[in-house]
Formats: sequence, C-alpha cells, structure tokens
Amino acid sequence: MMAMEKKTISVKTQIILTVLFIVGVCILFFIAEENLNSYMIRIVSLIGIFGIMAVSLTLINGVSGMLSLGHAGFIAIGAYVAALLTMSVQQKEASFILMGVAFPINTEALSSIPFFWATIAGGSVAALMAFVVGWPTMRMSGDYLAITSLGFAEIIRIFLLNWNRITNGSLGLKGIPSYTNIWWSWGWLLITLLIIGSFAKSSYGRALRAIRDDPIAAKAMGINVFKHQLTSFVMGGFFAGVAGSLYAHWLTSIDPKPTTLGIMLTFNILIMIVLGGLGSLSGAVLGAGLFAVLSEFLRFVESDMTLFGFTIAGISGMRMLVFSALFIIIMIFWQKGIMGRNELTWNALYRTISRFKRGGNHGK
Amino acid sequence: MKIEIFVQHVINGLSLGLLYALIAVGYTMVYGILKLINFAHGEIFMMSIFFTFYAITLFGFPWWLGMAVGIAGAALLGMSVDKIAYKPLRNAPRISALITAIGVSMFLQSLAIVIFGGIPESFRNVFPEFFTKIFTIGGEVIEARGREIVVNAIRIPSITIITFAVTLITFLILWFILYRTKAGMAMRAVSMDTKAVSLMGISINKTIGMTFALGSALAAVGGILWVGKYPQVWPMIGFMPGLKAFVAAVIGGIGSVAGAVVGGILLGLIEILAVGLMPQMAGYRDAFAFILLIVLLSFRPSGIMGKKELVKV
Repeated sequence: MMAMEKKTISVKTQIILTVLFIVGVCILFFIAEENLNSYMIRIVSLIGIFGIMAVSLTLINGVSGMLSLGHAGFIAIGAYVAALLTMSVQQKEASFILMGVAFPINTEALSSIPFFWATIAGGSVAALMAFVVGWPTMRMSGDYLAITSLGFAEIIRIFLLNWNRITNGSLGLKGIPSYTNIWWSWGWLLITLLIIGSFAKSSYGRALRAIRDDPIAAKAMGINVFKHQLTSFVMGGFFAGVAGSLYAHWLTSIDPKPTTLGIMLTFNILIMIVLGGLGSLSGAVLGAGLFAVLSEFLRFVESDMTLFGFTIAGISGMRMLVFSALFIIIMIFWQKGIMGRNELTWNALYRTISRFKRGGNHGK
Repeated sequence: MKIEIFVQHVINGLSLGLLYALIAVGYTMVYGILKLINFAHGEIFMMSIFFTFYAITLFGFPWWLGMAVGIAGAALLGMSVDKIAYKPLRNAPRISALITAIGVSMFLQSLAIVIFGGIPESFRNVFPEFFTKIFTIGGEVIEARGREIVVNAIRIPSITIITFAVTLITFLILWFILYRTKAGMAMRAVSMDTKAVSLMGISINKTIGMTFALGSALAAVGGILWVGKYPQVWPMIGFMPGLKAFVAAVIGGIGSVAGAVVGGILLGLIEILAVGLMPQMAGYRDAFAFILLIVLLSFRPSGIMGKKELVKV
C-alpha cells in the first residue's frame, strides 16, 4: 500500500477557484442573454428560483431531518408581501376591482418599493411566520410536523383567498412588475448557497445533522434540539419567502390556487430535492435544474401527438403523472438521488480526478 | 340561538364527524402498525367514489352493486399501494416512507385527473331517491303565496339517518373483526410488537396488507356516504377530508381506533358549530381543524385517548 496522498486543496486555492467559477458563470450568462431567446432566458431564471426553493427546503428537510410540507405557504407569503410592495398604487387600484384596497397598502409609502428591499421584506415576513408556526410544532415529533405544516400552508392559502381587501381574494394579484431576470434569481441563489452552506458547515449544521440521525443521542450530548431545529426552520422560511418574491416577479400574476402557490408547488420542490439527493445542497440545485428542464421537455406529453397519421389528443395532467411515478420510483430504487448526502466541492472534485489518475497508473 | 337551530347544527356536525371518523380509522390503524402517515388514504377515498360513480353510470350496475364495487376496489387499491410502494421501504428511515406516501398520493391524484378528467362530476340521480329525501321535525306551517311552508323545523336529510345507521353497523363489524377474529387479533398484536409477532409464526406482511384493505374499505364507506351528502366528485375531493381525518386521528390519539372515532366526531361537531356560531368566519372553515390540532397538541401531545409513549434509548 502506498502512503495516503494529500487529498485536499488549500483554502486559498478553493476561494480562487470559486471566484473563477462565479466569473465564468457570469460570462456564460452574458453570452446567454445576448444569444438565447427570451423563452430560454426565462427558463434559466426559473432554475435559479427553483434552486433557492430547493436549497431552503433541503436545509429543513435534508440537513435537519424535519419533514416540512408547508414550504409553499412560506413562498406564498413572500410572494404576496413582495408583490404588494413593488406594485404601484395605480396598478393596485386597477386590479382590486372587487372591494378596493385596504388602508396601509394603498399608500405611496408602501408601493413601488425597490425590488431588493421588497424581497427582503417578503423573506422577513415569511421567517416571522416560520417562527410562529415552528414554535408550537417543533415540540412535536416529526410526523406531526408534516401534517401541521401541510395544514399551515393550507391555512395561508385560505387566508389569501378570504382577505379580499389585502390580497384581492380569488382573483389574485395581476400586473406585478416583471423584475426577475437571470441576475436577480441567480444572484439570490448565490447568496442563499453562501449563507445556508456556511450555516450547514458550522457547528450549528453539525448539531442539526446529529439531531437528524439520532435526536435522543443529540439531546444527551447537550444539544438544544428545539432551538436548533427552530433556527433552521426560520432560516428555511426566510429563503422560501425570498424565492416567493422572485417567483411572483417572474410570474407577474399570482393567485391562491392549489396549483400556483399551494400543495402542488411543495410537491414539485420535494421532487427536486429527492432527485438531487436528500441532504445535499448542491444536489438540490442540480435537482432544481433537472426538474425545470424536464418539466419543459415533458410538455410534449400533454400536447397533441400524431402517430402514423392518427392524432392523439393531449391529456392535461400527464406531466404530473410522469413526475409522481418518477418520484415513487426514485424513492424506492434510488433513494440516494444524484448526490446522496455528498456535496459538490472542489475537494470532492479533486479527489475524483486524482482517483482517476491513480487508477490509470497503478491499476487496482 | 334558538334550540332548533342548535339541534340542527349538532345533527349536521355529528353526521360530518362520523364521516371523518370512518376515514380516520384507516389512518390510525396503519399508523399504529407502520408508524407511517398514509397520505394516500385521502386519494383512496377519492378513488372509491369514482369507482362507485363509474360502476353505476357507465356499467349500469344497480346502486348497491356499485357501492360494493367501490368498497372492494378501494380495499384492493389500498393493498396494492402497500405492496408496491411501502413494502420495499419497511426498513428504510421513516422519513423516506413518509415522502413516498406523499408521492403515492400525488400519483393517484394525477392518475384520477388523467383518467377521469379534472372537471367535477355531479352525483345527483346516481343514487336512488330515498338517499335525497328530507324529513322535518317540529316547526310551524305557514301559508305563503298559497303554498304551505314549514319554518323553524329541524331538517334531517335521509342521508344523515343512513350515515348514522351505516356508520354504527360498520363500527360494529370493525369491532367484531378486531376483537373476535384471528386476523383482528393479529392486527392488534402487530401494532404492539412486530418482532414478537413474527416469532409467533404470523406473516407480518399479510397482516399489514389486511390492515390496509380494512382501512381502505372503511374510507370507501365514508366516501360513498360523503357523496350522498355533497353530491359531487372530482380528483381533489380526497385532499381536505383526508387531511382533516388525519387531524381527527391525531386529536383522538393516533394508534387508537376508539380515539379516531371520538376525534372524528369531535372535529365534525366543532367545525359545524364554529361556523354556525360565527357565520362571518365561514370562509375560514377549513382552518379550524388545524388550529384545533396545534392548540391540542401543545397541551396534550398524545391526543385524547392516546397512551403516552416512552422512547427507550
């Protein structure tokens, strides 16, 4: 046996590589914005948004081991708060045709706010709600959290549906300025990855993993389970709200239907993180990208098809059927997903490459 | 509030609560054995209604045979869901099984959308006439525009009476199966100690399959009574009743069949009475169940009839 090789790269090199990587992606985006059509560019920014949603759910679900099904609720809060802040007064008055706008929202002070601050506000309100929901539910065992968070998301939807003077009820908000572009969505994804990534790597993150793997042992080691889980839940809620704001300004019209900001969205995010590997942040981004591309690609199963001269009418809902079947198959046969619980880091890449090299030189 | 109106609300609440109870029993039985929230339960409820609907309207079965098809179909579906999706994950972490259950739920829902279409189908005139009669008790007869109208009466639709009767019979049968047959004994035993039971030579998987079949059949009974009450069916119909029935099972103490019945009735009563007392809150009706759940679990985490469980390290 040969001596163990040094299998890590120095931190300095890693930082340089990361910066180079980001610059490279930026150049790619510049080229993309020049050459791709607007449809493709929209898909690229959607991948960024999905990435934020998936990474924030991974923090709650994969790193901390809590099954939260209320993610769409936080996204909806972020979406509505931010959209109400960026819309102009005239736009609001034009779209609230049913009962008019309630007082604080129709003022100049709370309208046409810069996108960045509106997004922060959306995230903060979502984080606040995560705290309010998390406080009672974090004390329950994991299964109850699944059902209360699902119920909570549904409550949010019901409130959005009934607060006519604030959320415009079932009509939803229309004419939201279309601010989200590649730079906003991928910029926020970068921020999300930096913050959640360093959080997951810190002692807090290690404690969370310990809780995920064995809560009782973690408790015995003196880890405050409640505090740790609540922190990660609130953090996940904040970035879900941020993603909601970006999503609202990407869609430009939002409503409280289950398919827009309801249970279907939560389910889609679950598909992404299961695809990428439960517990891996980079896997979540990969899963989000794959999901966005796949769901555009699968549009053909819902459109009319012509086979040997016969036209088969497209069936709506087919895409969801394919996705849910894929979901079950992954869960049964390929639980690791793309990344498992590993992260895509420079060190991992280096190790893979050096393994290849050694494999070439020494055989076995 | 007038006493007639109050009695009316109580009757409505009870009949809704019994339906929740029927669905909740399936949740609680599966949870008792597998420690798994079977999210697909609400979808099995939905499928049973579709089976009944198409058996009667498309194949022209008589109504009782259509209902039997719905119940048998649901039992079969429940068993196959367990065989295909949950059985390979028996030894996997619980969170994987839970996520798979959500996937199964979505799969069945989108399957229903693809096969049956997403537009609600009316259930009127599918069941015979005696399902839709309305009886009145008390009240005064007044004359208006030459017609006699009964006011201030307690109105009891025949479906409510049928619900009371059918649920009572169903629960008696359930009690008989659970406490007077060998299969029922096996189910109770598996929920207490899986390992010991397998050492006694009882097939765990068969017992779990039977539990799924029994729970799904109960959900189907609930589903058929549900469309008698609210005559419409569409692929999303199982979502809310399924969620609320689970809430009922948790409120009653998950794992306990009697608790599920109590929780279901309690939830139905509270929901109807809350809307009855505060009509302006009617839009928030679906939120009550979850607020109740969060409040109750904060004070009594094991539910009304659940045992406090100690975890051995």
